[in-house]
Amino acid sequence: MDTMAAIKQTFFQECEEQLVELESGLLALDDGSSGPDTVNAVFRAVHSIKGGAGAFGLEQLVRFAHAFETALDLVRAGKIAPTKPILKIMLSAADMLADLVRVAREDGVADDAEITRMVQQLESVCGMPTSGTAEKTPPSKPNAIVSSDDDFDFIPIQISLEDLIDAVPISQNCFQVTFDPKPGFYARANEPALLLRDLAGLGETNVTCDTSRIPSLAELDPEGAYLAWTVKLHTDKDEKTIRDIFEFVEFDCEITITELASDEEFDTAAFSQLLSVASGQSDMPPEPVEPKLEKLAAEIQSRNEEANARKNEGAKAFNQAGATIRVDLERVERLIDLVGELVINQAILSQRVAEARIARSSALAMGLDDLEQLSREIQDSVMAIRAQPVKPIFQRMSRVVREAADMTGKSVTLQCDGDTTEVDKTVIERLTDPLTHMIRNAIDHGIEKPEARLAAGKPETGHIRLAAMHRSGRVVIEISDDGGGINRERVRSAAISKGLIEPEAQLSDEEIDNLIFLPGFSTASTVTDMSGRGVGMDVVKRSIQALGGRIAISSTPGKGSSFVMSLPLTLAVLDGMIVSVHEETLIVPLTAIVETLKPLKNDIYDMGGESRVIRIRDTFVPLIDIGRVLGYRNEAADPDECVVVLIDLEGHARRALLVDTIQGQRQVVIKSLEANYRRVDGIAAATILGDGRVALILDVDAVVENANVRAHAQTNNVPLLETAAAE
Amino acid sequence: MKKTILTVDDSRTMREMLKATLLGAGFDVVQAEDGVHGLEVLEASDMPDVILTDINMPRMDGFGFIEGVRRDQRYRSVPILVLTTEGEPEKKDRARRAGATGWIVKPFDPEKLINAIRRLAA
Repeated sequence: MDTMAAIKQTFFQECEEQLVELESGLLALDDGSSGPDTVNAVFRAVHSIKGGAGAFGLEQLVRFAHAFETALDLVRAGKIAPTKPILKIMLSAADMLADLVRVAREDGVADDAEITRMVQQLESVCGMPTSGTAEKTPPSKPNAIVSSDDDFDFIPIQISLEDLIDAVPISQNCFQVTFDPKPGFYARANEPALLLRDLAGLGETNVTCDTSRIPSLAELDPEGAYLAWTVKLHTDKDEKTIRDIFEFVEFDCEITITELASDEEFDTAAFSQLLSVASGQSDMPPEPVEPKLEKLAAEIQSRNEEANARKNEGAKAFNQAGATIRVDLERVERLIDLVGELVINQAILSQRVAEARIARSSALAMGLDDLEQLSREIQDSVMAIRAQPVKPIFQRMSRVVREAADMTGKSVTLQCDGDTTEVDKTVIERLTDPLTHMIRNAIDHGIEKPEARLAAGKPETGHIRLAAMHRSGRVVIEISDDGGGINRERVRSAAISKGLIEPEAQLSDEEIDNLIFLPGFSTASTVTDMSGRGVGMDVVKRSIQALGGRIAISSTPGKGSSFVMSLPLTLAVLDGMIVSVHEETLIVPLTAIVETLKPLKNDIYDMGGESRVIRIRDTFVPLIDIGRVLGYRNEAADPDECVVVLIDLEGHARRALLVDTIQGQRQVVIKSLEANYRRVDGIAAATILGDGRVALILDVDAVVENANVRAHAQTNNVPLLETAAAE
Repeated sequence: MKKTILTVDDSRTMREMLKATLLGAGFDVVQAEDGVHGLEVLEASDMPDVILTDINMPRMDGFGFIEGVRRDQRYRSVPILVLTTEGEPEKKDRARRAGATGWIVKPFDPEKLINAIRRLAA
């Protein structure tokens, strides 16, 4: 049963691939970039899903895939042209198919009425007679009895022994079967002896072979058929069972099956003799070969050589075909983990060598340098295994665009660039939600209604561009639209009315734009069906940050907005600033750090309670004493003995973290604290340093939140934006 | 002697199901992903006792594959079973004309598949 579960897993994986294939094929048909094989590929994708679904008894999936496949077959056969309206329905059908796959994967049940509706849409658009009700469910159950109209088809019926015993009174029937193969019988690689053996398996048989038609050798056609058999069979099976044996050869031989009234005498000895003759027989009658022997031997020889030559070619081709392998993700993760250990171990070793005061020019130290280089390279290569192109997720976005455009009555096209850019699998997986939300936002709030666009002198159809690229060791993903841009007046007044900023706060355009990332911010005056689902841009920003990424916005009124996300290539390593606080070593993710500075006592102002702010140039930034927030010490740290690390939070807000010293900057291997210990608030993960000590990686957002909570406990006046505090 | 079955199917799911079924019944299994690959594998491996092939495949479909196999003198007597979806008599007929020996209706019943193979492979 485990095998079946594993295969089912494969099936769903394959479905994902087929769905991507399906959608990109349909989109290619839609924008005219399709090749000659596109329709076939699209058809095959649905066909494959249907086939697998049938094997696992996923009825709804089979039913819908069948209807979809039928429609696609008409397109494939050139009976209907893939016009825009038809492709639109087919794209929705592809979406539904994806939904059904998901439902099936979760062992759920989809709404039958909805499937029927879509099936009818497909049928009507393709000019097929509409099925009306769900009755037209294709026979999908395994072993379903096929009712076929064609007169020459056989009807497969599953018959088990028990059924027979119940259905047919146990009695000995006696049949006479005549069996006369035609040349086609042999041409299709059938073997009479095997069929006779199967007949013999049904009961007692008496076989006679009619050799009367064998011509003289000169006239004998080596591919002819000259033998016929008559079999008397005593069996408790019925005629149907006998006919089933000849299932594949019905059209390649004359078969008569007559039920004999009474048992006739049965000669077992003659039968076994005949059977042995039959088994010894190949697909042609025995033929005196001696005169031809030499000629044959020569021919065999040359054929063999030919075959060997081809075999070598084939082996070459086979090797080429095996250029990719599939590996269980768990194994890759284990490997990444081990390489992480290796890197750590190598760092420890280097440190030990340094401590032992061994000259850097010594062979040992130089060997270690090589090892370090090698470990890095291994690490990079292993990380590359997890890398995957962003294409699937980009393709998923085209569905999001379609749905959002339909829902808002806007017309939008999506352009995807750089979809071959590779990113860590986990990063890709966790990008779906933020991207979906941003695209919905862009359509809902960014792109104007068609009439408004026309009035503004823009093309009626809005345009969204989704682009991915590698830039200095990170992945940059950009979503830009050609909509109305951010309405700064509205954003500002919304932020004021929600108490996010003071009414008199002076904000730059950039700062206003960044307000949309603040928690609890939403400008849409009406909660729309889509983006007003409770998550805002703050959630988007948070999830991007959770991935070690940053997000920035730029917007030009009337021209559109653009969101740029910069993400790490992998989640397994992190660039961090190593700091010490009260003799503990901590790591601050480098992505969050804006700058570091040595504070002056005069720049620090007490705000009452634990709250302090620091003046950095002409702004005031809340100061967070890491030692206190994490509970390393109770008294406030002396700024003279500390260093400030300025970090960026959501909404462009900044915080100053007070730490004792900065040790340096290093790439560290991330180790889950949850998996090895337990979740600790304010700590994202842990790592092992070169000296073998465990260091904690700060979760900057959580630390700030903790600090806020502590501050709120004492005063209720914590400004959210440093600019507000500056006034 | 263990019988060797060559399966040709572009669907990984189907390949795995066939493999599980056939291995379970004590056959050796060689697999290919489409018609072109099927012919390559056929060249590269030992003579299979039975070939099982899907119809709808990229690069070269089942019909082309069957014709390719039958064109080769060496493989004229290798039985070929096609995997078809039910209700496709015209496909079955085309496969037969191409030289297929028999057919199995998808989704296949493992028992029926094994019986059919046993009937074809001595």
